[in-house]
Amino acid sequence: MSTLAHEFKATYAFMERNANLVKRYWTWEIVWLVYSIANSLSVSYIGLGMQQLSGNQFDGRYLVLYLVAGTLVWRYLSIIFYWITDVIGMERWEGTIEYTLMAPIHRITHMAGQTLFAVIYSLFFTGIILIVTVLLFNIDMSNANVGGAALMLIVGSLSFIGVGIMGSILPLLFPERGSQMTHVLIALLLLVSGVYYPVDVLPEILQKLSVLSPATYVIEGARRAFLEGLPTADLWPYIWPTLIMGIFAIPAGLWVFEQAERYAKRTGKLHRSG
Amino acid sequence: MAEAVYIHEAYKKFGKSETPFWKRIIKGNGNKNGINRKNGQKTVVVAVDHVSFSVSEGEIFGVLGPNGSGKSTLIRLLATLLLPDGGDIRVFGHDVVRHPMQVQRLINRVSVEASFFKKLSPMENLIYGARLYGMNGADARRRAVEILKRLGLEERAIYKPMEEMSRGMQQKVAIARALLSRPRLLLLDEPTTGLDPRSKHEVQDVIRELRDEHGTTILLTTHDMLEADNLCDRIAIIDSGKIVALDTPLGLKGLISSNEHEPTLEDVFLELTGKELVKEEDRLG
Repeated sequence: MSTLAHEFKATYAFMERNANLVKRYWTWEIVWLVYSIANSLSVSYIGLGMQQLSGNQFDGRYLVLYLVAGTLVWRYLSIIFYWITDVIGMERWEGTIEYTLMAPIHRITHMAGQTLFAVIYSLFFTGIILIVTVLLFNIDMSNANVGGAALMLIVGSLSFIGVGIMGSILPLLFPERGSQMTHVLIALLLLVSGVYYPVDVLPEILQKLSVLSPATYVIEGARRAFLEGLPTADLWPYIWPTLIMGIFAIPAGLWVFEQAERYAKRTGKLHRSG
Repeated sequence: MAEAVYIHEAYKKFGKSETPFWKRIIKGNGNKNGINRKNGQKTVVVAVDHVSFSVSEGEIFGVLGPNGSGKSTLIRLLATLLLPDGGDIRVFGHDVVRHPMQVQRLINRVSVEASFFKKLSPMENLIYGARLYGMNGADARRRAVEILKRLGLEERAIYKPMEEMSRGMQQKVAIARALLSRPRLLLLDEPTTGLDPRSKHEVQDVIRELRDEHGTTILLTTHDMLEADNLCDRIAIIDSGKIVALDTPLGLKGLISSNEHEPTLEDVFLELTGKELVKEEDRLG
């Protein structure tokens, strides 16, 4: 019981530390928020632009909503991914990696703290972008199943946590360039997951890969709840593949991380700061 | 007295072999330590070379050596931050490789570089550290203030970002963070490097107090001969990963004779290794 209490305290330690860091780096958070809003709006305006370029041949409003849903879900998932992959990167930058990794806690506790914070932060961050987008595009959300879309995001978090943990080994194994390498993973997921277009437009090989990306199901499910108001019960075909991927990805991620940590301790890669 | 640290034939090497492992398997080249040589150059560096010693509970044990001699590697092996390539390392009977979590619960470490979240305040950093060691926030806060004040930190500095503090002050916070978890074995890797003489004395007083009042075992690496002489019960002199002498400060001084003056630890080191403890360029910073 005392061990469990210790692990809970440690989980909270990571959440509190990250909250303190966000507070201290508040100017950067504002810059990042402005960037994210501008980015989401730029993508969404493509919908109105396409309507004009095609001579009003199709409904630009629908395309805007399609892109808004994609960009918001993607923003949410990628923020979670980056917070988790940064579990090592940020400590390398600060020089605290050895202190944290010699603490008497299980790695799952370490990851749980980072993950819980990432989910809360990402929900808050995406919520702000959603409010700005809804106000600017005057989006009617009366038919949207917001609860269903939120459920898809929460379920989708699980699989992205697993992928994020696997990605976090890159800064552990490659002190100099590991953090940058994580961008490759996120770029590949962006390509195959149908964030800004239906996966049907992709070449066959990429369509096969899209089946393996959890983001494909999260984005499609959230989009249908958001755009068509699909009832939560009907979202099950999108929920179960994501759940299964999460159930496998999290333990797999932890196992991979433990192997990488062992390798880093054997080769002395913890000490080097890139 | 119980054995706090037991190290037998500890061995650690770094670097890559020039020859791919499949060629080594086929040809069986390379010596038993895995050191390959090409044009006389080592491609593998042996940081800790079959080191053996033990430290009793409540002892202050010093490790002296020049830069690159393997002192910090030894500390990292004990701190479970590195895995040894050979030998047996135990802390209070727990094997550092097989039972790292049990070891981690009993130790803490202060490294030569104060490693902190620099935008966070000392209090925020200390609370984070304390929670990792199972302390609750209120206790940690109270104790953190006590320890930081004991180390001579002003109360207003406790809540300012670490990046606004001098290196000496940051090092004191690092020591406070280690003390907060009440470790049974404290690993101090050059803890007073960069501190002014007064701060050095304050830290040295705390080290003595820890041992005398709490029975904490301390393993200390240092470049400061006087510090080692004053603080340590026994000292190991390490050079190129090997222990070249191990005794009490008095015993070490007795190893050499000098007609001109009483031998110092530095004289002993020069005699045994033919090297200066700190390279001139390091001394100049």
